[in-house]
Amino acid sequence: MLNDLIWIPLLPLLGTLVPLFASRFSRSACAFLTAGLPALALVLVLQLAPQVFEGETVRQSFGWIPQMGLELAFRLDGLALLFTLLILGIGLLVVLYARYYLSEKDSMGKFYAYLILFMFAMLGVVMSDNLIQLWMFWELTSISSFLLISFWGHKTEARKGARMALTITGAGGLALLAGVLLIGNVVGSYSLHDVLASGDLIREHAAYPVILVLVLLGAFTKSAQFPFHFWLPHAMAAPTPVSAYLHSATMVKAGIFLMARMYPVLSGTELWFLIVSMTGLATLLLGAYVALFKHDLKGLLAYSTVSHLGLITLLLGMGTELAAVAALFHIINHATFKASLFMAAGIIDHESGSRDMRQLNGLWKYMPYTATLAMVAAAAMAGVPLLNGFLSKEMFFAETLHQDSLGSLSWMVPVFATLGGVFSVAYSLRFIHDVFFNGEPINLPKTPHEPPRYMRVPVEILVALCLLVGVLPTFVIGDLLYTASAATLQGAVPEYSLAIWHGFNFPLLMSFIALAGGIAVYVNRKELFQFQAQFPENDPKLVFEAIIQMIHKQITRFMELAENGSLQRYSYMMLSLAMVMMAKPLLDLNATAGHRPQIPVDAISITGAVLLAIGALATVIWNRQRMVALVALSVVGLIVSLMFAKFSAPDLALTQLAVEVVTVILLMLALFFLPQTTPKESSPKRVARDLGIAAVIGGVIGTISYAMMTRPLESISTFFLENSKTGGGGTNVVNVILVDFRGFDTLGEITVLGIAALGIFKLIARMRLYMPASDGDGRPWSKDSHPLMLSVVSQSLLPLALLVSAYIFLRGHNMPGGGFIAGLITSVAIIQQYIAHGVDWIKARMKLDYQLMIGSGITIAALTGLGSWFFDRPFLTSWFDHFHLPLVGEFELASAMLFDLGVYLTVVGATMLILANLGKLTTSERPVLKEHD
Amino acid sequence: MLSWAINFTAAMICIALILNLWRMVQGPSIQDRILALDTMCINSIALIILYGINMGTGLYFEAALLIAMMGFVSTSALCKYLLRGDLIE
Repeated sequence: MLNDLIWIPLLPLLGTLVPLFASRFSRSACAFLTAGLPALALVLVLQLAPQVFEGETVRQSFGWIPQMGLELAFRLDGLALLFTLLILGIGLLVVLYARYYLSEKDSMGKFYAYLILFMFAMLGVVMSDNLIQLWMFWELTSISSFLLISFWGHKTEARKGARMALTITGAGGLALLAGVLLIGNVVGSYSLHDVLASGDLIREHAAYPVILVLVLLGAFTKSAQFPFHFWLPHAMAAPTPVSAYLHSATMVKAGIFLMARMYPVLSGTELWFLIVSMTGLATLLLGAYVALFKHDLKGLLAYSTVSHLGLITLLLGMGTELAAVAALFHIINHATFKASLFMAAGIIDHESGSRDMRQLNGLWKYMPYTATLAMVAAAAMAGVPLLNGFLSKEMFFAETLHQDSLGSLSWMVPVFATLGGVFSVAYSLRFIHDVFFNGEPINLPKTPHEPPRYMRVPVEILVALCLLVGVLPTFVIGDLLYTASAATLQGAVPEYSLAIWHGFNFPLLMSFIALAGGIAVYVNRKELFQFQAQFPENDPKLVFEAIIQMIHKQITRFMELAENGSLQRYSYMMLSLAMVMMAKPLLDLNATAGHRPQIPVDAISITGAVLLAIGALATVIWNRQRMVALVALSVVGLIVSLMFAKFSAPDLALTQLAVEVVTVILLMLALFFLPQTTPKESSPKRVARDLGIAAVIGGVIGTISYAMMTRPLESISTFFLENSKTGGGGTNVVNVILVDFRGFDTLGEITVLGIAALGIFKLIARMRLYMPASDGDGRPWSKDSHPLMLSVVSQSLLPLALLVSAYIFLRGHNMPGGGFIAGLITSVAIIQQYIAHGVDWIKARMKLDYQLMIGSGITIAALTGLGSWFFDRPFLTSWFDHFHLPLVGEFELASAMLFDLGVYLTVVGATMLILANLGKLTTSERPVLKEHD
Repeated sequence: MLSWAINFTAAMICIALILNLWRMVQGPSIQDRILALDTMCINSIALIILYGINMGTGLYFEAALLIAMMGFVSTSALCKYLLRGDLIE
């Protein structure tokens, strides 16, 4: 089973949980356990490697949403193998390194969890066999890298750097998604297998330029290509293990990977060459030049990374097969020497307390061993012979010479490439000379010394690789490079030689010019620094922040226009729109009245209508005298429930009655904290406008209702009426719909109810509000907080109310009633006790945990639904049967009743959680107003 | 005879409801209005029971029962508010 491809990303995904649990053990144990699952994944990759070396593409896919062409598909070909080895190999070294790098104060578990999450995301990117899936993992790398960069969240530059990285790479990710969708549209499939086979189709399609630009935007932002390169130096605020892993070896290579992956599909056109190679060249030069002037060790390495990424991009842009091979080769080499350099920089920072090259001098004396390692790695970066950087750089120089796409200006490419090489040598030299020689350290916070033994091991391994590849390239890396090239090119791999010595030729000459030039530049650096100092330093971070703040300001202005906090305006806008939308179709309706025979009007209905209308009007007229308005509103509620009863909706009548009283109590609980009198706020003009809108809306709604009710209406009610007894086992159609036909809806609704109640509980917890000492007329409150009469009557009401509640609940399936109404009745009965006796009295006598009630209610309902799975039925299939017991007689049992119990518990819990906690807001020490003040 | 009695009672209850409404609108004090609402509940109970008698069904009994209960809770809550401002303390 472990041979499955999916385990390779899945093991690290499981591995994200390991450090969270292991962080309670010692630091070494935590690191060891964390490394376990990724190491197992690496073993799996190595197991599959021989197959891949034979040219096979290992694939595995699962259906996800097959209807939409989505699948969970993984592939392991040469290119994926190369990256998987980099990700897992360097990842494991970084885990070991971070064990010693992180201090006691840092949360190790959190750090490792983020790191392994990133590893999973990165594996997903390189192994995806589906473009949408690739994009999803792509975004996950952005998010997990955000978490890693902002790991030291107390530092402002860490937060800002992380935000910048997320914004740039996230925006690029959106562009990539658009590009991927277009590709899917052209090819008709998101499967990489199909896409890679339809290169010609895409290149000849009219949308090709758009696709190319969108995909490249994604790649360039991720791989820090000019002009999006500026986020990478700011991401250096991350802990150094993160920089070593993400910003040298893996994440920034994701953009390169994407270009290599889409190489057979998108490359080979004039447009590809122009955009990719020119961007690469610009990035190469800019990065190399700026790197020289950075005083911060990691800043130097960051710009150097930018420059090397530009070099790889330039190689990919050239479009020749050999250049692509060179690009892949440089990916490996850059990952090894840059990761080791970052680790060395981290060691220096860790052991000396500074990363500033103006302070760090002469460290050779203090840490000769680390210095040797760092110097070898830096030499590889500079392209010194016998090291891996030399080989790929020579291939690069050779390729620039064969370039003729720029016509008669083609000579510029090798010249610029050499110039880039010159600066690359110069900054490498600066890294070596400034840090390890050049006098004595200046004002270092700590006396530098060698790091712990095992902190050096990852650096040693990587530097050894640099040397091995540099001396025995074919033996060490030949097979891997060949299969990766074959997978990238999707065709024949050209002849190339990985030898160290190719005789005296032009590339060798360029290498030597670069070395000599670099030394010359470094020796004369003082002049160059002075020259550079003339330019004002423009920090891209400030520009970026300014843009972000400008966007924020514009949005805020727009929001203030649309959303100014005035409820009147919202209802004005919403109702006006609704009025237009509703009135429009009415214009096409010829006759208002339909042909349905009308019921004769009787005196009682007229009385009800008069009461309803006057109650509603009174509510509006007295809207500033809140208590009076509340009483008038209660009249409306009462009449509405009478109407429900009259027009054959007894269930609704019961619900309306219960909801009505709960609402009135809720309103009064809130009213207490509001000013007792309301000032007149609306201008006469506004009142006139609102009256006009209200009248028209009322007219429109009235017309619609009249038109609807005078026409015969065919609806699905007949189905429910016919199937209620046979299908749901109950004669009360409303209840059967709630607990059976539409049970899933009800389950969702009670869940929402529970969440809302918990939300309100959370909102009002610990809230302290102003409490008025007197009522609206200035009379002080009565001193008798719990009148005896009320207490006695209320107490005797409780058992009666509970009995009614139980009765309504039990008969609900066949007669008007059910869990919802019963729940409300129970709540009202309990609230009455709160009103009559107060919180303290209740607390001593009734121990009800309302949160627990909500939880158990939803659980019971959900379990009832799940129960039907045991009988091989779909979720929430209900069951009922009739039984006979002596004394009791014939009765019915239905699973719906258990479901209804869940509804009941949730309703009681939610209502009580809201009302009781709103009531508890008032504390015992409230201001007392003396009677004769 | 029964139908005559029902019609007569219904008319009386309707008049009572209108008078309740009059008191509710007229006031003058808030206590008057609350009392009007409470009496309105009682008249509604009568109306519903009467309707049930007229239709010959017990189906409306629960609605009347609930109005009786809820009306009491509502009235006592309103009164408690007048007394103390704070419903649950």
